[in-house]
Amino acid sequence: MFEPILTQNINRPDSEKISTYLANGGYEATRLALTKYSPEELIEMVKRSGLRGRGGAGFPAGIKWGFIPKDARIQKIVAVNTDEGEPGTFKDRQIVERDPHQVIEGVIIASYAVGASRAYVYIRGEFFLGVKRWIKAIADAYEHGFLGKNLLGTGYDLDISVHRGAGAYICGEETAMLESLEGKPGNPRLKPPYPAQIGLFGLPTLVHNIETLACIPHIVLRGAEWFANIGTTESKGPKIFSVSGHVNRPGNYELPLGTMLSDIIFEHAGGLRDSKMLKAIIPGGASTPVLTADQVETPMAFETLEKAGSQLGTGGIIVMDETTCMVETARRITKFFVHESCGRCVPCRIGSLRLFEILERVEQGMGIPGDIERALYLSQNIDGRTFCPMGAALVNPARSTILKFREEYEYHIHEKKCAPNTN
Amino acid sequence: MLPQTKSRIANPKSRAMLLAALYIAQEQYGWLSPEAIQRVADRLNLTPGQVHSTASFYTMFKLQPHGKYRIQICEGLSCYLVGGAEPIIEYITKRLNIIDGDASPNGKFTLEIVQCLAACDLAPAIKVNDELYGNISLERLDEFISKLSALD
Repeated sequence: MFEPILTQNINRPDSEKISTYLANGGYEATRLALTKYSPEELIEMVKRSGLRGRGGAGFPAGIKWGFIPKDARIQKIVAVNTDEGEPGTFKDRQIVERDPHQVIEGVIIASYAVGASRAYVYIRGEFFLGVKRWIKAIADAYEHGFLGKNLLGTGYDLDISVHRGAGAYICGEETAMLESLEGKPGNPRLKPPYPAQIGLFGLPTLVHNIETLACIPHIVLRGAEWFANIGTTESKGPKIFSVSGHVNRPGNYELPLGTMLSDIIFEHAGGLRDSKMLKAIIPGGASTPVLTADQVETPMAFETLEKAGSQLGTGGIIVMDETTCMVETARRITKFFVHESCGRCVPCRIGSLRLFEILERVEQGMGIPGDIERALYLSQNIDGRTFCPMGAALVNPARSTILKFREEYEYHIHEKKCAPNTN
Repeated sequence: MLPQTKSRIANPKSRAMLLAALYIAQEQYGWLSPEAIQRVADRLNLTPGQVHSTASFYTMFKLQPHGKYRIQICEGLSCYLVGGAEPIIEYITKRLNIIDGDASPNGKFTLEIVQCLAACDLAPAIKVNDELYGNISLERLDEFISKLSALD
C-alpha cells in the first residue's frame, strides 16, 4: 500500500489552513533548505532525485534549475503555473484548494536555489476558490515570516503575488503564460530563447507546474535517494492521476509513477460503470494519443507510455467503455482545440478547424470517401509546424483514433451512422 | 510625441496590471463597455487598442452585456461521457429560451457553453457565476433554475 505524499494532508479538516499545515510538520523543509543547504547543494539534490516536470512535458527539474544564470547581479524570477486546463485533468485544482502551503514551500526552496527574489503565481481564472486559497495562503505565509524580507533570519528576501488568468487554455504553455503575466494576449513565444534565459520582463525565469513544486519540500525532508527509489528507472516519484469518464469512482489518485494503468482503473477507480467492457483510454489528458483496451497493462510512466505510442502528459486518465463512439470522441476534443487555438500560426488556427470539419461531417453521417486520408494528411501538416506544442497536441485525438479504430471511421462514412451499439 | 509612441514607452509593469484592471472594470461596469476599456487604458497609460486586444483574447472578459446569472455548461469529453453536455445545454436552451452566448429576455440569465472546467471527477459540471456545481442532473438543474428565478 503506497503512502500518499503530495496528498497526505488533503483529507484533514481545514487542510488548507496554515495552522493545520504547521501542526503537521509544515515549513520544516523550508527551514532546513535555507539554513542547512547552499543553493548549489539544493540544485544537485533535485537533479539526483530524478524529478521531472508534471505539467506535461516531463523535463528534468534539476537540469532546468541549472540553466538559470548564476550571476548574482541579474534579477531572476520564478513563475508558478496553476493554469490547469487540459481536459481530463483536475489535480492542480485539488492541490491549490486543499494544500496550498506545500506548494509555497516548493516555491520558496526553488527560488532560493536559483537566486530569485520574486515569484509570480499564475492561476486559471475559472478557479475562483483556488484564487482565494492562494491569496489567503500567501498572506498567512507572510504573516509567519516565511515570505517577505529576511526569511527566517537568513537574509534571503522573497515576494510572491498571485495573478489570475482569464480563460485561455494556451496560457498553460509556459511562454504564453509569461505573455499573459505581462498583460498581453497569451500568444506563445518562439523558443529559443527559453524562459531560463529570457523570460518574464526579459529576465531569467524558472517556470514550474505546481505539482512539480509540491514534490520539492518532500525531497528536501526525506532526501533525493528516497524520492529516486519511488517509480521506474526514468520516471521518479509520486504522481497524482486524475481519473474520469466511465469509471465507478472518478477522482484523484496519488500513486508511484510506473503504476499499471489497469490497477488505477480497476482497483483504485473501482472499474467500469454498469459492468461494461473497456474500449479505450486517454492516459495523459485530452491531447495525448488514445490507447486501446488491450494496452491497459501499460505502466504509467514517461518512457513506457511513449513506447506504447502515447504520453504521460498531465496524468489525466479518461476511461471510455464499449458504447463510446471514437469519432465523436475525436470530434469533441478537436472542437476544444479549435476553440483554444490562440490564432497565431496558420497550421493550428486553420488546420484545427479543417480537421474539426472533417470529423464533424463523418460523425454526422455526411463523410465522403477519402476523408480518413484527408484527416491524416492534414494532421501530418499541422504536427511540428507551429510555434508551440499545441500543433502536435491537437492532431493526437483524430490521428490516434484513426490509427486504432479506423474501421469505425469507415463504418461512419459507408453506413452514415455510428458503429453498432455506440453513440 | 505621437500618441501611438506614448504606449511603447509605457512601463511594462503597468501593462502587467492589465488583466487585474480588466477584472476590476468588469466588476464595476458589469461588462467591458467601450467606456470601461477607455478608462482602463487611461489609467495604465496604454492605448484602447492594446487594452482591447488583450481583453478580446480571453473568454472571461465580456465585451457584451450579459445576464445576472451566467450559467456555464461544460461540453468536455469527461462530462459528455457521463451524460452531460448536450442534454443539459438542450434543457437550458428550452427552459430559458436562450442560445449560447445570449442573455434571456428578462436579462437574468446568460448561457455559456464552455470547455473543461477541471472538474471531471464531478462530471457533469456547471458553473453559475463563480461557483462550481458538480454531478448535475436535469432534476437538480430544474430546482436550481427555479431557485435563481425566484431571486431578483
